[in-house]
Amino acid sequence: MHIMEGFLPGIWALAWYAIAAPVVGYGMLKTARLVKDRDVNKSHIAVAAAFIFVLSALKLPSVTGSTSHPTGTGIAVVLFGPAVTAFLSTIVLLYQSLLLGHGGLTTLGANVTSMGIIGPLFGWAVYRSVKPHTDLQKATFAAALVADWTTYVVTSTQLALAFPAEPGLSGVIDSAITFLGVFAVTQLPIGIVEGALAAGLIGYISMSSESVRTRLGVTA
Amino acid sequence: MNRWLAAGGLLMVGLILFSFTTAGAWGGADGAAGEKVDSVAPDYDPWFESLWTPPSGEIESLLFSLQAAIGGLIIGYYLGRGSPLQSASETP
Repeated sequence: MHIMEGFLPGIWALAWYAIAAPVVGYGMLKTARLVKDRDVNKSHIAVAAAFIFVLSALKLPSVTGSTSHPTGTGIAVVLFGPAVTAFLSTIVLLYQSLLLGHGGLTTLGANVTSMGIIGPLFGWAVYRSVKPHTDLQKATFAAALVADWTTYVVTSTQLALAFPAEPGLSGVIDSAITFLGVFAVTQLPIGIVEGALAAGLIGYISMSSESVRTRLGVTA
Repeated sequence: MNRWLAAGGLLMVGLILFSFTTAGAWGGADGAAGEKVDSVAPDYDPWFESLWTPPSGEIESLLFSLQAAIGGLIIGYYLGRGSPLQSASETP
């Protein structure tokens, strides 16, 4: 879902930076506060970040004959909410744009906005609304799935806003459908795999840690 | 354990199924989106290049696996350190 380096016009690159920066800044502060509050949070933040690292390194083949990778933001958003997820995603996206030529510095703001902010925000909303009615794992599955899918919808929209098929709203929508055709179809099955992995890991995490059970409101 | 088996199984089934049902080039979707930009806006020139790109596909996959390894290491450490496994091995 990373928009490639240089593939957004300057004005859009700046605009997405402007949207992403305050959220990432707040997430950084919140992360620092969590670590300071309780030592045990440190290991859970590490595990949430590690999940993003692993999953966004897996380029999975999909039915369309192309490959794409999951986002891995599900665990972080379930444990700590969207702001911390934004901060952790930024670290991963920086690693990939600097060392892998994957994504880019000019498109970092846009990529953080899609994968780190809006995707997780929707995932979190779904988690919050589903959680009272089901168990932790099913809620996490839904959150990770929605966060993944939303990320790619946002990426398509970002590209469409910068490259409308024709001036005006209908051109943007046309383009968005074009880009969704590239991303979303590849991403549908990958989102499901991502949800299953996140659900599996959250089960283990909640088993191994009392403080996580308390945080998540799970009675063991 | 069942959960991980289920997730792993799902992944394997997916991989096998997909490798039979499609004959794509297995290129990255990110690159495909780049090509779409070319077709929607043919006169757009990417105005910035990556500061550094891996010199070859092999180096790139090395760095990708390094990324996965770092993540895997941390998750493995966390889970291995967790109490259920330890207490399970301590009980006779």
